[in-house]
Amino acid sequence: MGRMTFIEHDGTRHEVEIEADKSLMQHAADNMVPGIDADCGGECACGTCHVIVDEQWFGKTGAINSNEKQMLEMTPEGAPTSRLACQIEVTDALDGLVVHLPEFQM
Amino acid sequence: MSISTLAMNLSARVVPMQWQIKAAHLAQKTLDRIGLAPKVPEFVESPLPDVSTLAIEDIDVSNPFLWRQGLWGSYFKRLRDEQPVHFQKSSPFGPFWSVTRFDDILFVDKHHELFSAEPIITLGDQPAGLAIETFIAMDPPKHDKQRQAVQNVVAPKNLKEMESLIRQRTQEVLDSLPVDQPFDWVSSVSIELTARMLATLLDFPYEQRRKLVYWSDVAAASPETTGGEVERDEFFPVVAEVAKAFSQLWRDKAARQDAGEEPGFDIISLMLNNEDTKDLIHRPMEFLGNLALLIVGGNDTTRNSMTGGVLALNKFPQEFDKLKSNPALIPNMVSEIIRWQTPLAYMRRVAKVDVELNGQTIRKGDKVVMWYASGNRDERAIDNPDEFIIDRKGARNHLSFGFGVHRCMGNRLAEMQLRILWEELLERFERIEVQGEPEYVQSNFVRGYTRMMVKVSKKNRS
Repeated sequence: MGRMTFIEHDGTRHEVEIEADKSLMQHAADNMVPGIDADCGGECACGTCHVIVDEQWFGKTGAINSNEKQMLEMTPEGAPTSRLACQIEVTDALDGLVVHLPEFQM
Repeated sequence: MSISTLAMNLSARVVPMQWQIKAAHLAQKTLDRIGLAPKVPEFVESPLPDVSTLAIEDIDVSNPFLWRQGLWGSYFKRLRDEQPVHFQKSSPFGPFWSVTRFDDILFVDKHHELFSAEPIITLGDQPAGLAIETFIAMDPPKHDKQRQAVQNVVAPKNLKEMESLIRQRTQEVLDSLPVDQPFDWVSSVSIELTARMLATLLDFPYEQRRKLVYWSDVAAASPETTGGEVERDEFFPVVAEVAKAFSQLWRDKAARQDAGEEPGFDIISLMLNNEDTKDLIHRPMEFLGNLALLIVGGNDTTRNSMTGGVLALNKFPQEFDKLKSNPALIPNMVSEIIRWQTPLAYMRRVAKVDVELNGQTIRKGDKVVMWYASGNRDERAIDNPDEFIIDRKGARNHLSFGFGVHRCMGNRLAEMQLRILWEELLERFERIEVQGEPEYVQSNFVRGYTRMMVKVSKKNRS
């Protein structure tokens, strides 16, 4: 199985193992990665699982629908490669994925 | 935009805003006299029946005394169990749908393309003649632009700068409390702390801060919107006073900025420096609406959670012991307080198309009320929902902030204020005892307290 890396704002790295049929948000939650609140439980409705995807990986994380786009626009810390982790479906193609956590969740 | 709003915008450059409001008030009085104004409902309290004696279609959860009489829990439980999407055809606020289960509320909140937040988010419409416009009651894309213009004032980055100031002010308030003798927690702590916060966010004259609280109370309490107690003859003069004070604040800020002063981090400076809002002063209904939103949004909510937390820990004393032995639970407890209290009972929407929801057909144009207070006690989504459990798992997954594009903008500020309050309380006091029953607000919207007597005793410092 592949691995992915979450990097906290202070540089702390968390490596997690890829598990089938789980979003990136669930991977973070199940591995106790701090800084992902997921207040709505994965409904794309709160904006508190915001991650900034490493540029070289951004294209592989899938399309952004209009709901996600709208929630991301509300985040004061948005960046060009921002995503909501609950909307990223994890497959083996993301083996090696690196995402950065913002300093704050909205 | 209504014709009266258009007229106000056109005349705003030459006529002071408070005169426009006075003119609107006079016009309403005249319409009243000749019998043309919409009827304002009158609410007189009497004991409400036990919900088990009512036919399901007669249940009316818009009654502003349900909360005060402690019956809201049983009324909403019956709706959740028997008719989770419920139609009341003849309330004092007109016909409306109630959505009472967690998952259905989440569905409505997420789908702004099906359910519009316009023209207002309270059960009843606004007082006639005063159609205040605010982004909480606007749909995308206009909503998004206006929200983006002001959201930075409460963005986490800004809050970090404010934390030590908030802590210092909290310490001052707590250090001045009487010890071992009863005092009103609502006035001395909850209102005082929120007033200080609002004055800071608005850069409003600090010594006049209690005015902000009074204005906010009046704005949220007209009988036609929420079943509150404020008369029209009190409402209009207050709006005029708010218009005057905020116009002045705006113009002073603009003048200082034109003279070369660096813009501050307060809300008016942010609005003055944003393309979409820099001319807001020329659109009085929008100007008033956005400022009213920020003071109401930051007032009733945090204030009543500050009171509700103390009440909850008195009703569940074992949780207070748990807290004292493990203060690291404070952040989780803050989320649990916000769920348990749910300071705003609901948000209202209007269906934009026919929508099927949990077996019912909601017709285009129908009012739909998402009862957060009920969803937060939904047994299907939350274990033992009536219990207050400070180390509850998943405490953050509550509905009190709403979900989707209208999600509460000040959520992080609220959490921070409550966290600091509890950190400082635990430092100082061994016991915080509620004396007797609190007094409750008359409203179907604000789940608040007007008075709660409390006695605190100091911690023994060893």
